[in-house]
Order: sequence, then C-alpha cells, then structure tokens
Amino acid sequence: MNPDAVAVPEAVQPAPDPGVSRFALWLAAGAVLTLVLTALSLLIGTSSLRTSIEWLRSPDAQANTVLWQIRLPRATGAWLAGALLGLGGAIAQGLFRNPLAEPYLLGSSAGAGLGVSLTLIAADTSLSGLAWGAEIGITGAAFLGACGGIGLTVLLSRGAMQTASLLLAGIVVGFLLSAVQSLLLLSSPDTWRAMQAFLLGSTGYLNWHSSGLLGAAFLVCMLPTVLLARGLTALTLGEETAQSLGLSIAFLRLSLLAILSLATASTVGQVGAIGFVGLVAPHLVRETRPVNQRQLLIAAPLCGGILLQTADLISRWVVRPAELPVGVVTSCLGGSYLVFLLWRRARRV
Amino acid sequence: MRGRTALGAWLRLIVGCAAIAGAPIAGRPSAAAQITAAPNGAAPIVLEDAAHHTLRLDHPPQRVVTLLPSITETVCALGEGARLVGTDRYSNWPAMVQKLPKAGGLDDADIELIVSLQPDVVILAHAARITERLRELGVVTFDVETRTYEDIARSVTAIGAVLGVPNQAIKLNRDIERSVNDAAVGARLALSGRTPSVYYEVDRGPYAAGPQSFIGEMLARLGTRNIVTAELGPFPKLNPEYVVRHDPDVIFISATDAPELKRRPGWDQLRAVREHRVCAFDRDTTDTIVRPGPRVAEGFAAIAACLGHVAP
Repeated sequence: MNPDAVAVPEAVQPAPDPGVSRFALWLAAGAVLTLVLTALSLLIGTSSLRTSIEWLRSPDAQANTVLWQIRLPRATGAWLAGALLGLGGAIAQGLFRNPLAEPYLLGSSAGAGLGVSLTLIAADTSLSGLAWGAEIGITGAAFLGACGGIGLTVLLSRGAMQTASLLLAGIVVGFLLSAVQSLLLLSSPDTWRAMQAFLLGSTGYLNWHSSGLLGAAFLVCMLPTVLLARGLTALTLGEETAQSLGLSIAFLRLSLLAILSLATASTVGQVGAIGFVGLVAPHLVRETRPVNQRQLLIAAPLCGGILLQTADLISRWVVRPAELPVGVVTSCLGGSYLVFLLWRRARRV
Repeated sequence: MRGRTALGAWLRLIVGCAAIAGAPIAGRPSAAAQITAAPNGAAPIVLEDAAHHTLRLDHPPQRVVTLLPSITETVCALGEGARLVGTDRYSNWPAMVQKLPKAGGLDDADIELIVSLQPDVVILAHAARITERLRELGVVTFDVETRTYEDIARSVTAIGAVLGVPNQAIKLNRDIERSVNDAAVGARLALSGRTPSVYYEVDRGPYAAGPQSFIGEMLARLGTRNIVTAELGPFPKLNPEYVVRHDPDVIFISATDAPELKRRPGWDQLRAVREHRVCAFDRDTTDTIVRPGPRVAEGFAAIAACLGHVAP
C-alpha cells in the first residue's frame, strides 16, 4: 500500500549512524525554519514592515499588545495546531495503512462542526442558550463535538478493532453528522456565515491561553507516540506480523486512536477544521528524505507546524489588512503539492 | 423551446407598445414605474424591472410571492400584506407572514411550491437561475435591486407600481425618509459634533461592514467614522489585529458574539471593550439594521440610540 514505508527500514538499517545524524540535521533545519517563520510572523500583519521593525525597537503600549499578545501567540498556536495535525496524519496513515488517510477520518471535524452549529443556534435562539454558549465557547463546543464524533465512530465500529470497519464507520459518521449540521443550518440560516468561518479554519483568534492548551495537548500526544512508534511500524507491516512480534494489538490500537483523537479534537477546537495539513505533512517528510516510522512521527509534526505557519503568514499577507481564511490557503498549498506529486509520478512511469 | 420564443415575441410586442405609448423604458424600475403605472390600479401595468425584463399585468396582482425579507416587508408596509401567498424562508416580519408557505431562499427556491401557489407575480432580488427557471415555467417575475440606501426608495416605488398602489408608495417613502432624518438628527444632536470611530462586526470571522455596505452607509449618515476603509470592500474578513490597531470608540456586534469580545487576543485592551462602549444587538434589531427595507428607520434609531448612550 505504502511503498515508502516498507522500503524505509532497508534504507536505514545498513548504516544507522549517518542516517540518524542526517535526520538530526533535517530536524535542525526544520527548527531553524520554524524560528525564521516565527520572526516573520512578528513582522507581518496589518502594519508595514518598517512600522513592525520600529515597534520591535521601541515598542509603545499598542505595539506591545500587537506583537506579544496577538502575533506571537498566533504564530505559536499555528505551529502547534499544524504539528498536531501532522502528527495525526502520520498516525492515521500508519494505522489505516493508507497514504490517503488523514486525521479527520474518524469523524472529528464533522462532530466539531455539529457541536459548533448547535452552540451557535442555541446562543441565537434563547437567553439560556446564549449563557451556555458563552460558558463553553466555540472552542469548547468544537472540542466536545469532535470527541463525540470520534466516540460515535469507535462505538459503531464495535471497539475499533478492525481497520476496515473503523474506516467505514468514520466515513459514515462524517457524512451523517455533516448532514445533520446542514439540516440545522437550514433551519437557522443566520448562523451560516459564522459556521462558514469555522469550517474554513481560522488562526486569527489564537491567544496565549489557546496556545497553552495546544502546547499541552502536543506534549501529551507526542511523548507516548514516540514510545509507541515501534508498534506502529509493526502495525503498518500487518496485524499478524505485529502480533507475532508479541505486541498487544488492542492496547496499541486504542492508545494510537486516543492520541489521534486528542490531537484532532484539540486542534479543531482552537482553529477550526483546517484541511490538508494532516494529509500532506507526512508525504512532504517522506519526499524530502527516507524515514522510518519513529522518525516520521517526529518529523511530520515539525513539517505540519511549518506548513500551517506558512499558510497563516500567507493568509494575512496577501490581502492585508484583510485576510484569507487559513483553510483556503492550506487547501491551495496542499492541493497543488498533491498535484505536483501526481504529475511527477506520472512522468516517472 | 417554443414557449420561450413565443414569450420573446410577446415581450418585444409589449416593449413596442410601451414605446408607442410614449413610455420610455428606463434602466431603473422607478423611472418606468412613475410614468406608466396607473394611479387607480385599473389600467394595465407595464414596467421594466432591474433585470430589464418587461412586466405586463392587466390587473394589479392579487396573488404575490416575495423571495427576500426586505421585499416582503415592503409589500406589507404598503398595506398590501393580504395579497401575499408565499415568501422566502428568511422573511419573518410582520408576524402575519410567518404563517405563509415558505418557498426556500433566493439560492435554493422551492420552484414547485412557487408554481403551485399560482402567483400573479413573484417579486425577487436579482438571482439569475431562479428568475430564468420561473420565467420558463410561465411565472411572471419582477426583479428589484435592494443593496444600497438609495435602492430602498427605488424598490418601494417599483413594488408600489407593481401592486398598483403608487400613491401608497409615495407616502411610504416620505415616512421612511422622515423617520430616518429624525434618527440621524437625533444621533448628531446626541453626538454634538463628535465623530466617534466605529467598527461594525457582521459576523465573527471577523467580517466587518465596510463603508460601501448598506450598514456602512447608515453609519456614515449618523456622523460616525468607520475604521474600515472603502477599498477593503463591503464585507471584508479582517485580520483581527486591524481592529486592535485602530482602537474604535464604539463597537457594534451581535448579542451572541458580544460576550466573547474580551477573550480575543489583545481585544481586552481596546478602549471600547474596557469602557463598555459596545452596542450588542439582538437578532430582531439586527434584522432592521441589515435589511434595506421599510424598517430602515428602526435600524437607524437603534444604532443612534446606542451611539448617543455610549459614544465618548
């Protein structure tokens, strides 16, 4: 299914040391790129470059707010959200043994969409609904909805033990919840535009609080993932192989699913349903260098973070001081990259 | 296909007749309406609509379908609500229209329902697909344009002409203008020479109302300065940072989104938020503000009242 993933161990094993150090170099390059993008994020916004530089030199009260309360948390949050999506994509592609798998496959984005539209409509129709909506907020509603969507998928697939049924359940739940959401929106058309804003994703309102939440989610997801990497490698080779290696498939699957769920639910909650980052990030890593599963699980988040930071910069640069929905930018970037991959593969053949 | 050709020939005939009768068909519905509409409603009505279709009715229409809230409201404000047999799903005022059959929206109109209502005329805003389809099916349509403040008077005149009640339209326009002026004068008095800078958020996004939008026109009339510039377009999606940098004196926002304002990054530093100069409008009030229709004065008054209350 995934030729790269299978080819990797052979490529790495004969000479592990240069491979590892080269991988470290790759990671360092990614980190430097992240820092450069973060610095650019401080400079680019509604002000001219010159104004931004002046602000950095001698900040007044407003400059402090814009630089340290808006631009820096936004850049940080965008990186973390992209990293969580990249991680989710790498896990999903390994878990489903399908290079087209993406983090939203378990119904998280549809669930989040439903949660958000329910909250918007409740806030719109009654005072108690308004109080409730103000209490949990759009982010809370999206997070809860995403958890609900994934829960429903796991329930429908009877414990998520079979890849095919899990995939099927995820797709069914995705369609069903989207349909319910569309029905709800039809009955309450005034919430349409607010809903659209959520579905296209937005990094505009990321603050230190949301970045903190994303950061916590990132740590909680990342640490066990690295420990489970060997198991995921075995899983990608087939469940029997994994079992013969003495791994508990059930434990492995459920832990990976839990990580995937937390990663997508927290991202969707903070920035909306941003597409393509989770799908493209692992491919981008595999294209730049051969990696094994553990390396992929470390590199894909870095790549996803860089991708979303770049998209965020583009979204606020192109039509400034207005901005494009960041999801539109990621779709354009990710879509053109996939087209490029296809084109190159066709030429190779 | 044959029906369409026949319709075309029929239309040409009417245009010819109208020209012979000395009625120049102008691009704007109001011009045609003033000249050709019969005051007593007995004579045939010949009008050209905003889409340059010619409308010919032998009698004032008795069964009317409207497909836009501001049009529905205009028909009712002209005192002819009893002629409505159906509206779009967004029309919710006055209360009497809520019981009428709802024929979808402009983008997804329920064609079958509209045809089954057997309307004498369907009054709608320009929406090519629906207009075409309805006309193919032999339904008489009349397009009005309701985007700007000027469009309100024009569409009131045009709809009055279609319904055969031009005098009521003249009176309604006079009433609207007077109430709007009252509200504007009241607001300027309350502001006593100050021109507060304002930010009107149409939706979280944040989408703002620019000076070119209908809301923007109202805000300018009330003597405020919009922080959004005209070149950004009527409803730009702003970088939220833009609002923080321009630090408006007053913020207009829906009641749903108002509680969230101070949670947005940097927005708790805004003077308007710190000093509680935020006008939060509920859904019903927002309807009067965003719909270029006969209730525009109510919208004006709501904005003016809040401005007088909170402006620095």
